[in-house]
Amino acid sequence: MVNGQARELDVEVRKTLADALREDLALTGTHLGCEHGVCGACTVLVDGRPTRSCLMLAVQAHGHDIDTVESLGTPDHLHPLQQAFWEHHGLQCGFCTPGILMSALWFLRERPHPSREEIRELLSGHLCRCTGYLQIIEAIEAASGATGGRRQ
Amino acid sequence: MTGTGIGAAVPRREDARLLTGRARYGGDIPLSGMVAAAFIRSPHPHARIGNIRADSAGQVFTASHLDGVGPIAPRWDGQGFFPTAQRPLAADKVRYVGEPVAVVVARSRYEAEDLVERIHVSYEPLPPVSDAQQALRPQAPRVHEDNVLYRWSAAHGDPDAAAREADVLLRIAIGSSRCTASPLEGRAVTAWHDGRTLCVWTGTQMPFLIRSALAHCLGLSENTVQVIVPDTGGGFGQKMHLYPEEIVVAWLALRLGIPVQWIEDRRENLVASTQAREEQVELECAARRDGIVLGLRAHITADVGAYHVFPTTAALEPLGVAQILPGPYAVRNYAYDILAVATNKAPTGAYRGVGMTVGVLAMERAMDMLAERCGLDPVEIRRRNLVPDDAVPYRSASGLVYDGGAFQEALDRVCALADYPRLRDIQRVAQAGEKRVGVGVACYVEYTGLGSATFRRRGMVDIPGHEAAAIKVDPGATVRVYLSFPSQGQGHETTMAQLVAEVLRISLDRIVVERVDTMSGPHGSGTFASRTSVAGAGAVLRAAAYIRERATAIAGALLEASPKDVEWADDRLFVRGAPLRAVTFEDVAQAAYRIPQGSGITPGLEAVEYFDPPAPTFSSGAHLAVVEVDPRTGFTRVAGYFVAEDCGRILNPLIVRGQLLGGIAQGIGEALLEHSAYDDQAQPLATTFMDYLLPLAADIPPEVRTIHLEHPSDRPGGFRGMGEGGAIAAPAAIANAVANAIGVQVTRLPLRPEDILSLLERGA
Repeated sequence: MVNGQARELDVEVRKTLADALREDLALTGTHLGCEHGVCGACTVLVDGRPTRSCLMLAVQAHGHDIDTVESLGTPDHLHPLQQAFWEHHGLQCGFCTPGILMSALWFLRERPHPSREEIRELLSGHLCRCTGYLQIIEAIEAASGATGGRRQ
Repeated sequence: MTGTGIGAAVPRREDARLLTGRARYGGDIPLSGMVAAAFIRSPHPHARIGNIRADSAGQVFTASHLDGVGPIAPRWDGQGFFPTAQRPLAADKVRYVGEPVAVVVARSRYEAEDLVERIHVSYEPLPPVSDAQQALRPQAPRVHEDNVLYRWSAAHGDPDAAAREADVLLRIAIGSSRCTASPLEGRAVTAWHDGRTLCVWTGTQMPFLIRSALAHCLGLSENTVQVIVPDTGGGFGQKMHLYPEEIVVAWLALRLGIPVQWIEDRRENLVASTQAREEQVELECAARRDGIVLGLRAHITADVGAYHVFPTTAALEPLGVAQILPGPYAVRNYAYDILAVATNKAPTGAYRGVGMTVGVLAMERAMDMLAERCGLDPVEIRRRNLVPDDAVPYRSASGLVYDGGAFQEALDRVCALADYPRLRDIQRVAQAGEKRVGVGVACYVEYTGLGSATFRRRGMVDIPGHEAAAIKVDPGATVRVYLSFPSQGQGHETTMAQLVAEVLRISLDRIVVERVDTMSGPHGSGTFASRTSVAGAGAVLRAAAYIRERATAIAGALLEASPKDVEWADDRLFVRGAPLRAVTFEDVAQAAYRIPQGSGITPGLEAVEYFDPPAPTFSSGAHLAVVEVDPRTGFTRVAGYFVAEDCGRILNPLIVRGQLLGGIAQGIGEALLEHSAYDDQAQPLATTFMDYLLPLAADIPPEVRTIHLEHPSDRPGGFRGMGEGGAIAAPAAIANAVANAIGVQVTRLPLRPEDILSLLERGA
């Protein structure tokens, strides 16, 4: 399942999940920033957990649920997390953003009331070269509030 | 101010696309029948190329195929310049690891990389030059006929007399290591020739220069080359150069007659895209006992890598260091000399803060060391030397005219914001604990919004200097804005629309800022050196003013009133004193294309305007950093950060804050982490994000407190450029704070844990 829809693909064994999503399913919201698992731009959810799609083969996704940034809101109806990033200027070039959104989505499900320190820790799995992170931290904090979270 | 005009914190209009995965970056351009290119790159820093042999059916293209395709040969109008010419695929010789030697294409990148493994290139290795000092030795191997690619010297006032008069003569050598911009999206080029036009999609900061350069290199007429800039994942200067890969991919599209795409991977970005900095500044500072600086003498040596880059050349960075070095200080006597030295490493180019970051680092370190020698507080010595606020405009010792700024005010206010006396108390108390606390200050000026006069005076003939904007109002009253300067994340679709909304008093929803396309947009230089809010905004404001004038005339004709009596508010135009005698902006747009009989209206509602700033306008400010250093591990944490800065009038506070914070984060990286290291055989050592460490969220201070002074400039809108200030001052402020914490003089960045431990060892 990709974004809630059953998808069947024939892919070369060596093809990464990221490339299959981008090339075979035209889900180009998943970005490749390093292709060696450091930057986090390619993060998607596999069975609800954040995963580097550049380090996973597409064939390994057989039988699993994959969620990408395209599963969140649309331009007219942003998901509350996307809305918070928009209001707090939590992105500049936007290249790292889809991966951060997917990690943050999982994180806020696991920890609906995170402290700032916990958000910083979560974000340390992602590289952003534009924002300096503070506005991303503020956005995630605001999103936690918007989904009923309380600040500690 | 309207709710969406100048000064409004308008959330960005490009974000909906970027947040929902609908953006289209360079790697997302799909063309049917497209093939993927992959490059064969030199593993040697310096070698003669022998045979190139393919052991499979796939075709490999080398320099011999590209015979007649022009090299990258940047120009400089002035003395001391030794030109270089880089062939798009190296011929005869390679000069750095990662230099493209050959290229293959296949249906997918996977298959193209399979082919790369089957190409065998024989090399005859030559002795490499791994650093500038080595390159200057008489017996050093030659990267080019002359290893010095640029030399220059200048003197203002009488620095010799200043040295004779001085009570204190401070001599320091400050080093800045090689680093790289590392935008999260690497480069990507897609090209297709439809039989008439060569269309190139590339995330460049300077599409019009790329168009000219590609046409020149490929022997095409400029009007048959189109450059389209897709969504771009950061640039920071790295994407303001013409690269061999752009020429090769465009050539492949011409040669093969099918679309060709190349997407840079991270390793390629870290070894073969431009790198930056790597300078040694030997600074002699002559001062009186009371800390007043009488004169400066600087010897600047830059390790610029293997070639000049187009269009900035290798002169830009060290010349920038020299020109900015006196900074906001009232120094009258100053002499400098510059050497830009070729080595067998990747070419260096522009990176956020060009020249200024290293110039500020050297001067601010000198100020702290001088304070120590004179027994003064670091803030006090700066107060004594800063140009007084009432002496601005001020001509600096290097000839720059600071058109604004309140340097004393910025320093006073950042100290008040941080409660400087209390920080010193905290520091004293902390000395008893396990962590060492340090406070560092850095003052800076930033030249922004350069125009043709400044580029020509420097000798930079390849950069035009102007920007342009076109505005077309269609009959449906949609206001389309076409720019010469693309965004790499700065938010032009929002800020430039705000300018139009301000002038036309119309809803932001009517305004669409189009992506930059050289076929439809007006000609300009591009997005770099903090020029958008000055040169770009100037063009947009002028174009909007012309639309306003035309629309007012049309409204006057419709309302049978003199245009002088027409007023604007909220999408409406009405007769002064008679608000019911009104037409909507839509009525005006309609009338511009469906002329009412007898109205005398001339058709059309469009404008194209250019702006060429007559001189730079200066931003300035003071940064204050608080660090905690753990002497057992050498680990530094930036615990607090304070800024008082003046970027003139603020166009959008959200975006100004974003630029500032992003710049500071890059400055933290440069100060504490980042190093494009090479070994003594000129082999690159930082080839992944596990060796090239970018700052993480955990490396950023919990908050950055900021004051904006907002002294407007004389440029349209009153703005000063501000894209680089954070990255200019942060390395110096942090270096000073670390030195203050450990009580050992810091003379080289970065300050990684191992660097700090070795400094502590030496200090002890």
